[in-house]
Amino acid sequence: MSILGEKVKKIRSKNAGPFWITIDIFCGSEEVYNNVCLNLNNSKIANLLMINIKDLKRFEIDKLNVIKFSFPRNITQGHIFDRDMHGAQLAILLSEMDF
Amino acid sequence: MKSTKVLVPSGVLGLGFDLKALNTGIKNKPDIIAIDGGSTDSGPFSLGSGTSKYSRDAVRSEWKSLMKARNKAKIPLIIGSCGTCGTDSMVDWMEEITIELAKELNQNLKIAKLYCEQKRDYIKVNYKNSRITSLNPAPDLNVSLIDEMTHIVALAGAEQIQECLKTGADIILAGRTTDTAIISALPLMNGSDPGASWHGAKIAECGALCSSNPTSGVVLVEFDQIGFTVEAMSENAFCTPDTVAAHMLYENADPYILLEPGGYMDVTNAFYSSINNRKVRVQGANWHTSKKYNVKLEGARVYGYQTSLLVILRENFYVKNAMQWTEKLSSFLKKEIKLRMKLNASDYSLDFRHIGINSTLGDLEKSERIPVEVGVLCIVTSKRNKISTEIAKLINPFLLHFPLTTNEELPTFAFPYSPVHSDRGCVYEFSLNHLLELNNPMDAFQIKVSEV
Repeated sequence: MSILGEKVKKIRSKNAGPFWITIDIFCGSEEVYNNVCLNLNNSKIANLLMINIKDLKRFEIDKLNVIKFSFPRNITQGHIFDRDMHGAQLAILLSEMDF
Repeated sequence: MKSTKVLVPSGVLGLGFDLKALNTGIKNKPDIIAIDGGSTDSGPFSLGSGTSKYSRDAVRSEWKSLMKARNKAKIPLIIGSCGTCGTDSMVDWMEEITIELAKELNQNLKIAKLYCEQKRDYIKVNYKNSRITSLNPAPDLNVSLIDEMTHIVALAGAEQIQECLKTGADIILAGRTTDTAIISALPLMNGSDPGASWHGAKIAECGALCSSNPTSGVVLVEFDQIGFTVEAMSENAFCTPDTVAAHMLYENADPYILLEPGGYMDVTNAFYSSINNRKVRVQGANWHTSKKYNVKLEGARVYGYQTSLLVILRENFYVKNAMQWTEKLSSFLKKEIKLRMKLNASDYSLDFRHIGINSTLGDLEKSERIPVEVGVLCIVTSKRNKISTEIAKLINPFLLHFPLTTNEELPTFAFPYSPVHSDRGCVYEFSLNHLLELNNPMDAFQIKVSEV
């Protein structure tokens, strides 16, 4: 078993305004992209991020070999219980997941 | 029709840019220099307090370079979202800096200021008249919550910026605007393709972030009736179809759609091609005008007052049992706070973060490696000023000495500085994710023109 971060070129996560987070997985090649599209299902991502699967938006962008996930933040950016103001560390969580 | 060239020095004023690249940009004869001055990206403090995230000196020195470049090229210079949050006070702050520099550089200028801040009464009337609608997800909204907001701004779009351009101002200091509107306004006014005007603006809104070398800052976008061309101005930066297209994803929940005042842009059919290794041509985006003219609102209100403490556990036993230690300490402290300060649990919040274990990801953390040491960051928040400081002082000796077991000698942990408590003052929360409907785009905005 290897991890997703070793398979793909780059994963980044960032706020999309104070109420949303967006995660971009740059696969680097069509082959990896097809593999990730096929094997990375939404329930796996929703479980990892502890979010409701209904709130998870998934975009498969063939032209760029990118898979993008967007979802509303569980905690609004900058709320006293927010731990990561820019949401950038969630990418690491995806990067370290078994794949 | 002549094309319109917009020079974007960087993603935000205060972040720095390559001066040589700026100079190259000016040699390419742009029609306008446009730079963003703000964002919500650093949290609610800037809007809540109506202050800039960046230092005045950093902003001033970069603005000086841009004012010099503008004077050389004799074109308008525009900044959107002055002072991070784009409140009226931050537009005036930017004007003060501009006047200082105009004197220093011996420049005579016409300045247009766009004010975007909203009065609470105006927002309340619109709320009662159902002219305010929620975006998803939206915080609760009612009249008393509106009253608690320290600042409310509406995000200006291309229409309001165009009104500023029509004044013939040399420098435009805009309050809160969408990142894109300061770039799209002039090409739209000159008759460039609307889809391309917004798409090119989105691609260039963070400067050279759409290139191979983000820190170089400067990009030039040329708009025409069919599409746009984007080029990085630094010798060491390259724009490729991939670097350009990838920027459409950045900080954008939907990779195809961008909502703007008065409509939305759709890039589903856009295509990107290389002109040479520095330049990319883009065509095919569509603009859809909506029936209603809506502007987005941002607001912040006081959440409470905060004090933090930091203690470091180095002894192996405590490092291994750090979570258990804070759990025990926390319930002990809650009893002490109730007993000595007569405060209930609902009067304050006590939050422990374990640096070295899971302080960034909390319950989402999967890794279980044992660290060398653990920093325990204790964050106290209360609704009333000074209460947080008093709670922190009550906590202080226990954070230093609290033993995990009954039969051990009193431990002493590491305080990294004195005093160990840091008053963080007022903390805010974002309290609007809503749209305001306007009959006329200028209804919620004001322009003032002056000469120096």
